[in-house]
Amino acid sequence: MGVSKVLTGNYAVANAVKLAKVQVVAAYPITPQTTIVEKIAQFVENGELNAKYIRVESEHSAMAACIGASATGARAFTATSSHGLMYMSEVVWWAGLGKFPMVMAVVTRALAPPWSIWSEHNDVLAHRDCGWIIFFAEDNQEVLDLTIQSFRISEDEKVLQPVMVTLDAFILSHTATPVSIPNQSDVDGYLPPPGSRRLPFILDPANPLTHGNLAYPRNFMEFRYEIERSMGNARRIIVEAGREYGKITGRYYDSLIEPYRCSDADAVLICMGSSAGDAKDAVDILRDEGYNIGAVKLRTIRPFPYEELRDICRNKRIIGVVDRDYSFGFGGIMHGEIKSALSDLHIPVQGFIAGLGGRDIRVEDFIQMGRKLYHIIESGVGEFPPIWINLRREVFR
Amino acid sequence: MVKLIIPVSKPEEGAAGLTGIWRSFKPIIDQEKCKHCLMCWLYCPEGAIERIGEDKLTVKINYDYCKGCGICADICPFKAITMVREE
Repeated sequence: MGVSKVLTGNYAVANAVKLAKVQVVAAYPITPQTTIVEKIAQFVENGELNAKYIRVESEHSAMAACIGASATGARAFTATSSHGLMYMSEVVWWAGLGKFPMVMAVVTRALAPPWSIWSEHNDVLAHRDCGWIIFFAEDNQEVLDLTIQSFRISEDEKVLQPVMVTLDAFILSHTATPVSIPNQSDVDGYLPPPGSRRLPFILDPANPLTHGNLAYPRNFMEFRYEIERSMGNARRIIVEAGREYGKITGRYYDSLIEPYRCSDADAVLICMGSSAGDAKDAVDILRDEGYNIGAVKLRTIRPFPYEELRDICRNKRIIGVVDRDYSFGFGGIMHGEIKSALSDLHIPVQGFIAGLGGRDIRVEDFIQMGRKLYHIIESGVGEFPPIWINLRREVFR
Repeated sequence: MVKLIIPVSKPEEGAAGLTGIWRSFKPIIDQEKCKHCLMCWLYCPEGAIERIGEDKLTVKINYDYCKGCGICADICPFKAITMVREE
């Protein structure tokens, strides 16, 4: 069953990359991601990981190098955060739209100004439409587990899309907790051998190919539809990969979402990332107070867990969505998506904005949100736009 | 075997389609004035000018791919190429 070590989220990523026997790592540092590629550099230097480690001059080049590696069939990895991801953005789209399998860890961090190094999900959510599978991890164990699974999902012939594993700045990236690390031999059996993809479009000097050539309007839409088909397949492959992973580790991941005490609940709070644990604690406390409440953690946002969410929410009286992100002039991004997915069920969906720029989302905050949902059930009046949690209103007086 | 639709192409003539349809002016070579200096062949940014004949010194424009940029007409030292508006 492997060993347990006390690891930060970033070191959990690095260990997963080592276990996956990644062949090409393109690295450019940015807080709070830097210790991921630093640790991998150490693994390469001391011979624990036999990979080509490319020190590039920007994130844009990091992704370009990964695309090149992926096109030749190699297993590729990079990591970034916030402004690094935005600078990389153009090529992030190339990777997704060109169907290049690879894995990238993104440590979620607010965009400036004002300058911030703390968590917010806008950097990742700005890339929700570019053909990447996007995981949100709750804790360091999930960070390691999802990173290993991501290589299998990404390289599956029915998927062949890149995968982003995201972890919240500092709350996970720099906080050390016990993490169970699987045996190398188990991971070797779980993942296909690195570089074993033998598809007709693998780049080879003996058989030159152009990736991403011009497509006239007559041909273009089918390429887009193919990506959507892959995303549809990914729903099944993610669950399959999560179940198979359970067989080697005892930790089963069998859904795109993780419901907590939802089956008999009237109200459900939906969140993602590191605050899911606090939401669950709040549910336990509220249950003791007599509130029939549950919580749902979104494990993926792409593919969007449409059926799973509808199944959970179908008979509820109210849903709350907690966004650690904001779309100015609109509201919470996931609030909008979830409200749209549930629209025909005629359930009120209340939005909450919390934790922007790394402000703590405490258990007490989730308790307040839970109570608010019950006030709305009783009064029948929700609030639009969404409710900003712990906003210092005195600043605006 | 899974059927996949991937945006890849072989690097060969016409891989990006018949770009000649973009043309609004068409270069016409007057073979009487041509001195076979090959400047047009050298400067054509699209590689749409072919060298034909036994000595490969006669130039011929491939109108399937010529976009009508006019660089050949501009560079020709003998004014042997004229640009004619497409019908």
